[in-house]
Amino acid sequence: MTTFDIELLVLLPILLPLAFAILMLFAWKNLQFQRILNVVAGSTSFIVAIILFSTIYVNGIQVVAVGGWKVPYGIVLVADNFSAIMILMSGLMGFAVAFYSIVTVDTKNEQHFYYPLLQILLMGVNGAFLTGDMFNLYVWFEVMLISSFVLLALGGKQEQLEGAVKYVTLNLVSSMIFLSAVGILYGLTGTLNMADLAVKVQLVENEGLVTVVAMMFLVSFGIKSAVFPLFSWLPASYHTPPVAVSALFAGLLTKVGVYTMYRVFTLIFDINNEFIGTVILIIAGFTMVTGVLGAAAQNDFRRILSFHIVSQVGYMVMALGLMTAFSFAAGIFYIVYHIITKTNLFFISGIVERIKGTYNLDTLGGLFKKYPSVSLLFLISAFTLSGIPPFAGFWAKYTVALAGFRIEQYLIVGVSLFVGLLTLYSMTKIWNFAFWQDEKQESEVEREFYKIPINRKYMLYSPSIFMTVVILLLSLFAGSAFDFAVLTGEQLANPQHYINAVLGVR
Amino acid sequence: MTLLLAIVTGILFTAGFYLLLRRSLVKVIFGLMFLGHAANLLIFNIGRLTKGAPAFILEGNQTAVEPYAEPIPQALILTAIVIGFGVQAFAIVLFKKAYQMIGSDDINSLKSTDRIA
Repeated sequence: MTTFDIELLVLLPILLPLAFAILMLFAWKNLQFQRILNVVAGSTSFIVAIILFSTIYVNGIQVVAVGGWKVPYGIVLVADNFSAIMILMSGLMGFAVAFYSIVTVDTKNEQHFYYPLLQILLMGVNGAFLTGDMFNLYVWFEVMLISSFVLLALGGKQEQLEGAVKYVTLNLVSSMIFLSAVGILYGLTGTLNMADLAVKVQLVENEGLVTVVAMMFLVSFGIKSAVFPLFSWLPASYHTPPVAVSALFAGLLTKVGVYTMYRVFTLIFDINNEFIGTVILIIAGFTMVTGVLGAAAQNDFRRILSFHIVSQVGYMVMALGLMTAFSFAAGIFYIVYHIITKTNLFFISGIVERIKGTYNLDTLGGLFKKYPSVSLLFLISAFTLSGIPPFAGFWAKYTVALAGFRIEQYLIVGVSLFVGLLTLYSMTKIWNFAFWQDEKQESEVEREFYKIPINRKYMLYSPSIFMTVVILLLSLFAGSAFDFAVLTGEQLANPQHYINAVLGVR
Repeated sequence: MTLLLAIVTGILFTAGFYLLLRRSLVKVIFGLMFLGHAANLLIFNIGRLTKGAPAFILEGNQTAVEPYAEPIPQALILTAIVIGFGVQAFAIVLFKKAYQMIGSDDINSLKSTDRIA
């Protein structure tokens, strides 16, 4: 492949959603056309993501200097292994959510630019994964945030607006802290290119100020990825929007914060800095515990899942805090499995809501008898999430714990294993109440559900079936997937490859 | 001038966070705006001020001659202002809508998503 093709390939994950969003705006009165366009957009983005992934796998890190500006001065887009994995995940999400949206999102919401916003959101997420420039990262964050704000408030129910107020406020604060940190970093080093920063931050004499900037980034990304004690907006908002939006947010959006944390703390700030490592580990421990305890207290399908996101983010942050190549690999594998599993669980919660008309566990029941296939889908994802072997979740949790054992951080490993048990408990709770206990009475909604034509029911189930197949594939090929994660972890632990690749461009 | 701007930045940050901690939605909005301005001013100040020397290449020259103002922080602020403006405009509309629906300006009444249901 010529260099031009590869450059285009790196740009496509950003350009495709933008192009499709614009196309959709032209068809803003024709919903059917928008739906088709969205499915086409999701599929092509997914295919491009697969091609990009395989290209990076074969050819190594690819760097594109946007507009031909020389490297430390202009904006660069960098696709290394980690970016490629995340782009693949966002492609997968976009693909699955495109199908799921058609049946679950109300026509009223669809008319209010749901599909264009979805594509812009994916564009922002992909941009954040690809960019190699700190300020550009801020811009992509804002692209992502503004579309997520609108998607969250779409529908305008009271609880949505309340959730949105909290979400918007905290994310704006996070952006301001991030922007200030970027400003100070520029003042210290005179550059914003991440690879260039990685070299120049080491030369800054005022070490205290560097640590302050690192902590500002930690707080800012911490708010975005919902770690303790900054997660309060997540359980307040994630269960309110249409379930397709919830699924996308739960799977992809929190991981953007985690991704940038990995990027910044492996590349720019010294990964052997004891202080930063310890702070991250403490945060991780509290995040895991508070998240899972919150989940245990809840009594609503989607809220339990929302709190789980918090506790699971704790594992990913823990893997970062352990600061070894192996722990990075474990963390990356964890991120991948969690994106897939959590999205699928939200998909299933949407199916359950569609059948029963509620998310409340007290009024649910009897699903196992009537809908064994839905129960099976849920069971697989729940087993995966709580780490039952032989599913992918077990390997993810096992490798994270192993990474902790290898450097003798027994306390945090103990916490993570204990939290694993509690996760199982809260998953059992959903299973008991929603699926296993006897049905109280058949609701009106359910009788309506019987009348839905069979092909529309298949449309409802198929994204979840697809995701379950992906989970099973990941569990089956956990070995080879982890091998790639190890390669990626080593790439993160030795940022010299990244730096050379970026600064070596022309 | 640098000192004055630094003090103003500090005041804006303080006022912004103080207002964010208030219970009124309107004050929260003002807090967010102050924080936005504070961040922009911080970048402006940290890019080092150069008096009376814009970031232009003079006629006949190939490169800029010292002293010249650094253009990058200004470009950053320009972008940040535009983005910040858009986001704040959205936040104002959202808060107004929330106020209309809930019928109260008090953040303590935004509790329907916190109840354990």
